[in-house]
Amino acid sequence: MPGHVIEVKSLYKDYQTAAGKFPVLKDVNLEIDAGDFVAIMGPSGSGKSTFMNILGCLDQPSKGDYMLNDQPVARLQGDKLAKVRNHTIGFVFQGFNLLARSSLLDNVALPLVYAGIDKDERHARARVLLEKVGLANHVNSHPNQISGGQQQRVAIARALVNRPSLILADEPTGNLDSKTSEEIMALFGELNREGITIVLVTHEPDIAEHASRQVRFLDGRIVEDIRTSPIAAQGASHV
Amino acid sequence: MFSAMLGEAWHAMGANRLRTFLTMLGMVIGVGAVVLMMAIGQGAEQAVKKSIQSMGSNLFIVLAGPPNMGGARSATGNAPSLNVKDATAMEDLEGVSNVAPINMGSAQVIYAGNNWNTSIIGTTPSYLDVRSWNLSDGYVFSDSDIRSATRVALIGKTVVQNLFGDDDPVGKTIRIKDSPFIILGVLDNKGQSLDGRDQDDTIIIPLTTSQRRVFGAQFSGSVRQIIVQADSDKVMPMVEDSLNSLLRQRHRIREGMDNDFSVRNLTALANSAAETTKTMSMLLGAIASVSLLVGGIGIMNIMLVSVTERTREIGIRMAIGARERDILMQFLLEAIVISIVGCLIGIGIGVGGALLVSHITQAPIVISSQSILTAFIVAASVGVFFGFYPARKAAQLNPIEALRFQ
Repeated sequence: MPGHVIEVKSLYKDYQTAAGKFPVLKDVNLEIDAGDFVAIMGPSGSGKSTFMNILGCLDQPSKGDYMLNDQPVARLQGDKLAKVRNHTIGFVFQGFNLLARSSLLDNVALPLVYAGIDKDERHARARVLLEKVGLANHVNSHPNQISGGQQQRVAIARALVNRPSLILADEPTGNLDSKTSEEIMALFGELNREGITIVLVTHEPDIAEHASRQVRFLDGRIVEDIRTSPIAAQGASHV
Repeated sequence: MFSAMLGEAWHAMGANRLRTFLTMLGMVIGVGAVVLMMAIGQGAEQAVKKSIQSMGSNLFIVLAGPPNMGGARSATGNAPSLNVKDATAMEDLEGVSNVAPINMGSAQVIYAGNNWNTSIIGTTPSYLDVRSWNLSDGYVFSDSDIRSATRVALIGKTVVQNLFGDDDPVGKTIRIKDSPFIILGVLDNKGQSLDGRDQDDTIIIPLTTSQRRVFGAQFSGSVRQIIVQADSDKVMPMVEDSLNSLLRQRHRIREGMDNDFSVRNLTALANSAAETTKTMSMLLGAIASVSLLVGGIGIMNIMLVSVTERTREIGIRMAIGARERDILMQFLLEAIVISIVGCLIGIGIGVGGALLVSHITQAPIVISSQSILTAFIVAASVGVFFGFYPARKAAQLNPIEALRFQ
């Protein structure tokens, strides 16, 4: 049976400032099942970005537990976190964050470099994913030669290349016009139907509509958790 | 993995060609200067070593006459205080391998219509051993020639050229101070001595012949100098002491009286000359190394700028799974590639420059694989050393802050 991809228990995060300890997350509890599509919402400063950073293993909580795929990752550091990011999480950012000097193929294949996979397989897998996101004809282009929507598709392909259990998207449509936003969200929906777990941060309600579940943050706490539609796919059948 | 990173380093360098070139230039100039200076320095060293070798190794020269005497003083070597028996006695001293008594002067030499003024050395066959001098043709006179004072001679290349031209001199008869001498052999080329004399402009004849028939001797058997060769460098001080005490005893010089001879350590003189050139070549190398250091600092500077500029890129790489050591390696590799490529160009320029210098000034140069290897290793280490700090700075960036960096 499908377990929880994410299980967060009484999570706290404080920042040390000149004025003293500043709590950002206070006792956050959240479980996300495999195959779910969760939108995390909330105003600026509500702690949702900090929460995303912790979910993405870019940051560590001050207190509390975080199980990712039933593995405790809250206390991991440095290279171990890097390994988790590389193998189990795919990131999609607001600003696309592609490497400007590398071709689209190399951009998509980059996580595989750090996974120690050889060149032929890297390129083969990257090619398949570029095709999947509809950019098969742009394999050797560079990021500045394609549109923003296309760049975000490349970023999604890169997030998928290491067959992660979880995709974390931080305001993925923030830099895109509404038509392109719809296209990107349609792509996320499609991936979700294939069984990929997606966690999306946004503050636009119509973007959050695409998700099956909406979690709202306020002042470092979860204040609302609504399921709007059933989990699309059962179990994480990887790409 | 490694090749992918090397490829990325190459890409990163290509992304800003002018900057990469200028960074590299520091390395190029540094390595070029080191290679050039070492080539010139080692060339000078080798030239000095060669003249020292031509002189012979571990030598003392014992001169007749006191090093210091009251009243009118004649040149050392002119007093008749040394004789053949002194030389014979020296042969038995511990640590002495060869002894060659010498009588010398210059004389007019005639063959057919040609004549030439050259230095005549009267000595024993061991002189050739001491000077490690071989014959290119003919053979050396023997001890029996010494006993019977025969008129035979070995002649140097310069004399051959001036008297015989292209003819074969062996077996021919020349006249030295109007006495006929048969040429037994021709001496090998020896080139210039340390003080620039032409060592090939000489004729060697038996000691006794020089005493009786060419220069005469103030007293029977007296010689002007005795060259003594020690077994090794180590026994030189001991041999010097025993030479002094042997001669004081033989010449019956009482305690407190001055010597009527002087013992000079030729090797020490030569070594100090060698030492001087060595010091000079090291000095040249040290000065050149400074530019290598400056080149290294240039690399560090540019790498620091590059890390700051690419903070966001570093953040992306970390987010998708680059470990600290991956980032460290990426920037370190970039620094090393810049240094090594710069080093290779520098070696090319250094070698080219050295060849040009030797072509223009005729100065001897030595381009040793050792000096090139050294320059290469030093350059690579400079890359690692000065690349490490910026690379570590990159690797220790916080991924969240790096991603937020604009």
